[in-house]
This record gives sequence, structure tokens and C-alpha cells, in this order.
Amino acid sequence: MGMTIGEKILAAKCGKKFVEPGELIIADVDIVLANDITAPLAIKEFKNSGATRVFDRKKIVLVPDHFTPNKDIKSAEQAKILRDFANEQKLTHYYEQGQAGIEHVLLPEKGIVVSGDLVIGADSHTCTYGALGAFATGVGSTDVAFAMITGKAWFKVPTTIKFIYKGKLKKWVYSKDLILYTIGKIGVDGALYKIMEFAGPVISDLSVDARMTMSNMAIEAGGKAGIIEPDDITIEYMKKRAERKWKIFKSDKDAKYEKVIEFDCEKIEPQVACPHLPENTKSVSEVGKVLIDQAVIGSCTNGRIEDLKIAAKILKGKKVNSRVRCIIFPGTQNVYLQALKEGLVEIFIKAGCVVSPPTCGPCLGGHMGILAKGEVAISTTNRNFVGRMGHPESFVYLSSPAVAAASAIAGKIASPEDIL
Amino acid sequence: MQIKGKAWKFGDDIDTDAIIPARYLNTSDPYELAKHCMEDADKTFASKVKKGDIIVAGKNFGCGSSREHAPVAIKYAGVSCVIAKDFARIFFRNAFNIGLPIFESEEASKKIDEGDEIEILADKGIIKNLTKSQEYIVKPIPPFMQELVAAGGLINYAKQKFKIK
Repeated sequence: MGMTIGEKILAAKCGKKFVEPGELIIADVDIVLANDITAPLAIKEFKNSGATRVFDRKKIVLVPDHFTPNKDIKSAEQAKILRDFANEQKLTHYYEQGQAGIEHVLLPEKGIVVSGDLVIGADSHTCTYGALGAFATGVGSTDVAFAMITGKAWFKVPTTIKFIYKGKLKKWVYSKDLILYTIGKIGVDGALYKIMEFAGPVISDLSVDARMTMSNMAIEAGGKAGIIEPDDITIEYMKKRAERKWKIFKSDKDAKYEKVIEFDCEKIEPQVACPHLPENTKSVSEVGKVLIDQAVIGSCTNGRIEDLKIAAKILKGKKVNSRVRCIIFPGTQNVYLQALKEGLVEIFIKAGCVVSPPTCGPCLGGHMGILAKGEVAISTTNRNFVGRMGHPESFVYLSSPAVAAASAIAGKIASPEDIL
Repeated sequence: MQIKGKAWKFGDDIDTDAIIPARYLNTSDPYELAKHCMEDADKTFASKVKKGDIIVAGKNFGCGSSREHAPVAIKYAGVSCVIAKDFARIFFRNAFNIGLPIFESEEASKKIDEGDEIEILADKGIIKNLTKSQEYIVKPIPPFMQELVAAGGLINYAKQKFKIK
């Protein structure tokens, strides 16, 4: 019997020819990731265990990105725990301010993650790397501690749901709209404990940047991973970046899927997920009049150069509405630099946007753009839970960079059609 | 394992931002986190919950972020266990890894009301509702997870099974 790409990677990493859903395995991990919120707990557990050395100093990646640049004394203390541990263990992949950025934009860009890898990260959006044909999944701090000690992690082999995207994308529809639409259809637990495998002609035409937006939000449907089979586009992307050899896995023709779901992309309009769950999706034309106070463009979901180009195309020569604070946060220093070289930063500043240093800050209501009581934001981030971006009585709508930029100009949720 | 306490009811899809909002994540001190447990779902929860009390919720409890701070906040708030129809997967593994007992039971999730006195017979897989004189069956815990519980969490399991350097 055939296996899906996800099953194949898990089998390879636990030294088996075959694994099947439900099986419990302990597998070797290629990369172990943690950030300034989750690493301090992992380091504490690592030390509690009596361990003195990590299993492999080249396979542990620490990125202080959530409350950095340090927002207060407590955050500074947390970030320092990472820095001290990285020095003590001589970790090769510690990324300080100035070289860093948002972990899930940074790791693919630096070629730290490649096709065929098994990656765990104490950050739920670790599933982003599925876009490169890796099995990548979010875990907790204790899992990271265990992996830092042993090089291993435990998994229950999940079933796979295949999503096939057919037809052609309409104008102003992007991969963000596809994933929001998908979550809207299956719900926030529609892929609970499962692998989402994204396929079809529309996915094959997407850039790696755009694919990462989809894999990134697999967790928003409860998914354990969001995988896309690697192809020439993936290999081209890795050729310029990879720091290790990659291995290409593909699903067998007779692989067993729990379900196969097809979407006709001709029918998909730009999407907006309304408060307070990512499954509350509507076409932008159906949202009605929603005035906004803030527009946020960036994050591990949509903070790559392609995303900023989409936003800049709409904001060029326009002004952000006087009632709106528009914050652009590039994913990494590299994305920032490229945006600068290509004139995007100038477009943003002339339009009246704030361009932030790379940070997770506003997405999780950490810092750099918090909402007051009653305020409304449109955001290219990934969650619109109660209190996610600030006051428990604030409201977050999720969208693509195009809809967020158009809304910033209109002062209310709008389609690019409405303002161009 | 003896678990007995009063039920506090929550709905479906209680996310980790509701369990412990990110604005409090600039520390990993478990007692600090516990002060804000469930704050964005029920503002006064941390002040009224008593040691041994039980959280009873609907589907997909703990969805959202990977923050282990969520089960840690619940555990250190004094909550003895969480019962739900089902759990989001990272929360599920985190709870086992840190030793917060969790139980899946659709029936219990539906039939228990706030304030009911609940007793759990973990080894028998039974939840008893002492107020309503009802019993509910718990979805069995996979053998590996039982091993984790018996070892006292993932790190203790590592100590037993691996040579730590």
C-alpha cells in the first residue's frame, strides 16, 4: 500500500519502510526550533533533566522574535536566557536582532530547513515549512527540551486529507484567500490531528512565498502539518539557499487519504475571516461596512517580499485613511532590505504607513501595535481570537495583504477593486 | 490518582490566547501565569477557582498557539484536570508532557453543568457526576501516553530511557 508524503517522511525518520496512521513512533528530528516565549521553559526543562550538552549544536535554532526588540525588562530577561544558552552550547543557529526576524520567514530564507526534513518547533506556525516538502509541526517547550537532549520526538502518525485546488485564481485572489476559504469550509478543527496536503494546478503555479502562507495556517484548521509536494519551483528556491542536502519525497499514486476535497478556484473571491475565529470567513463583498482603526501587514503568514510587493502595488501614490494606523512589518532584515532597495519602503512611508522592524509583536498582541477597547483591525496575520491583538473587547479581521492595503486606504474593509 | 472537584464550564474552541493571553507571556513563572488563567474567557476565573476544581469544555480545547504556558497556567491555578469533547493537538501533547491530566468524553462535556461535583476514576476510565448521579466513559488513553503519565512526564521518561549527557 502506498504512503502520503507526510507518512513517508515520518517513516524515513524512524528508520522504517512503512508507517500507517495511528502508529506511535519516536523519530529523529533534523531541526529543533524555539523562540523567546517558548525557549526559556525548554531550557529550564533541559537543565532540570541534568543534561549538560545538546545532542547536536547545529540542529538547534533559537530565534528571539516575539517580544523583540525587547519590549520590557521581563522580555529582556527572557531573550537573555536564549542568548546565554546559545553561547554556552555554542549553537550555530542563534539569530540576534540585526540578523534575525520572524522565525518562519527566516529559516526557509537562510536555507536552514529543506525538503524531506522532520522539523519540530515550539511555535504552532512551525507548520510553515510544509511548503518546502518538509514534515514540520508545532510542539511544546517540553518536547523541545526532550529533543535537545535526545535528538528525537514522539509522534502519532496522522491521517492525511488532500486538498486539490483547480481552475484559475481570480484577480486579487492570493494563496491567503485560498487557505482562509479552506478553513471556512472545514472549520478550526476540520483537520484536527491530521496532515493537510495541498495540491492541484493552482498550487503548482504558486511561488514558494505564497505556498508558505498556506502551510502556515494549517494549524488554524487544527492540522498537524500542511504539506506541499516539492517540485521545480521548490528546488529552484532551495538551490540558492540550502545549507544541507535535501531529499524529495512525493505521495504514492495509491496513497491512502482520509478524504480528498476539491475546490474550484474560479468561485473564490478575496476572503475575510471575521472575529473571533479564523473559520468565520466571508467574501470581502459580503462583509458589509466595517470601519477599521488599524491595518497590519506582515507576520509569518504574510511578511515575505511578495506580500509587501502586493501591498505596495495598492498603496503606491495613495494615502492611508486618516482614521487608520497602518503598520507594515517585514518578516526579516533581508525582506526589509529588499523592500528598501525596490522602493517599497518609500511607497509605504509616503502613503502614511509605519514600517516596523521584523517582529511577531502586533500579531499576538505583544507590542508594536496594540488595539484599544472597541478598536477594529484588519490584519494579514493568522488569528483573530478574542484579545489576540490587544484589548479583549477589540476585533480582528484576517485577510490578504491586498485587502488589508485596500482597507487601509478606504478606512473600512474593502476590496482592491473598490479603491483602484 | 484521586481527582475530585467542582466543575467550571467553558464552550467550544477555547483557544490558548483565552487560556493565557500573550500579554502575560513575558514570564514563564508558573505562579505568575496562574494569576491570569482563563482570563479572556472568564475574567474572574483565577480568583474564584479552588484547588482541585475541574475545567469542563466543548470541542477543540486549547486550539491556537503552542504555548506550554497554557496547561502550566491551568495546572498552577490549582485545576486538577480538564475534561473536553476533544483537545487541539499541541495542547494535548503539552498537557501529557507536563503532567496535567486531561480526559476526552463527549458525554461528560455535554452533561456536566457548572458547579457539579465531579470525581474521576482514571484507572477505570470513568467520570462520576456526584451531583447528578451519572457516570460517563472516558476515551482510552493510548499506551505510550500512559507510559508518559507513569514516568511523571516527558523529561522523566527521557531520564529513564535515554542516557543523558
